[in-house]
Amino acid sequence: MTHHLVLRVVAKLLIPFILLFALYVQFHGDFGPGGGFQAGVIFASAFVLYALIYGVDKTLQVVPEDVLRVGIGLGVLIYGMTGIVPLFLGAPYLDYSPMGHEAPHGQEHGIFSVEFGVGVTVSSVMAMIFLQFAGRGGKDDEDET
Amino acid sequence: MAGTIYMIVRLHGLFAVVMLGGIYSLMAASMFVVLDAVDVAFTEAAVGAGISTVLMLGALALVKSEEKVASRQVLLPLLTALIAGAALIYGTLDMPHYGDPNAPIHLHVAPVYLADSEVKTMVPNVVTSVLASYRGYDTLGETTVILTAGVGVMLILGGNRRRRRKTGKGGE
Repeated sequence: MTHHLVLRVVAKLLIPFILLFALYVQFHGDFGPGGGFQAGVIFASAFVLYALIYGVDKTLQVVPEDVLRVGIGLGVLIYGMTGIVPLFLGAPYLDYSPMGHEAPHGQEHGIFSVEFGVGVTVSSVMAMIFLQFAGRGGKDDEDET
Repeated sequence: MAGTIYMIVRLHGLFAVVMLGGIYSLMAASMFVVLDAVDVAFTEAAVGAGISTVLMLGALALVKSEEKVASRQVLLPLLTALIAGAALIYGTLDMPHYGDPNAPIHLHVAPVYLADSEVKTMVPNVVTSVLASYRGYDTLGETTVILTAGVGVMLILGGNRRRRRKTGKGGE
């Protein structure tokens, strides 16, 4: 496990920038290309890189499976709840207009929150799927075949 | 791109096929950039060329990396594909030319979105405002699809690991 020194160092250097770029894509999606889906995938790819270099067990110490499991549901919950807020303010479901002091601001807040929900779910699901595949393969090799 | 597809069909080593799939996605992404669909290109590059290639490799670790050579007859599938392809191409003959300003898709709701989006939502990227506000229900549905996919994978692949950990064979 002491080999791949170059890969380890490069990965350690790259991962913070990947995470930062994912956040940029997430929160800058209003102005440039990007948004929740893309940001979620990029965010998850940082964890995939970590898992590829350091192994699945180490990755599960960084992001426990329970965190991912909660994240998967939480994102959709954020989205759905954002839709419910306007209901209490006298507007149809998912019409964000009353969420700010004037309609465009409300729309902006709504879009922001919805995209955040999408990002949380997508990144959790992507990381989860990869960890499931990778974890299973490794374990099977070790104690069965 | 056609060359990549031909190689994918011909090759039997699945590792090379996965790599070619990634290359194909990357080329599709550059094609979307040429067509000015930057958001789609972004998604294609991140999901198609990035994550799904890695997931395919993860799946390859679980199965054999050589394709089984099927000895079925190939004439009927070929004929079906040719007829379906010909029908699709015949269908495109009636479609408006690419970039035609009078195409129906550019005359229905698109002008309203383009004109109003920035005023009404304060979001300069029209793709984002259409996706999250005008078409909020659709995106909620898409997010739920991803949730369902994640739950499905967890149910199919996750149970095994749990059981093994319980019997004290956690790996290390």
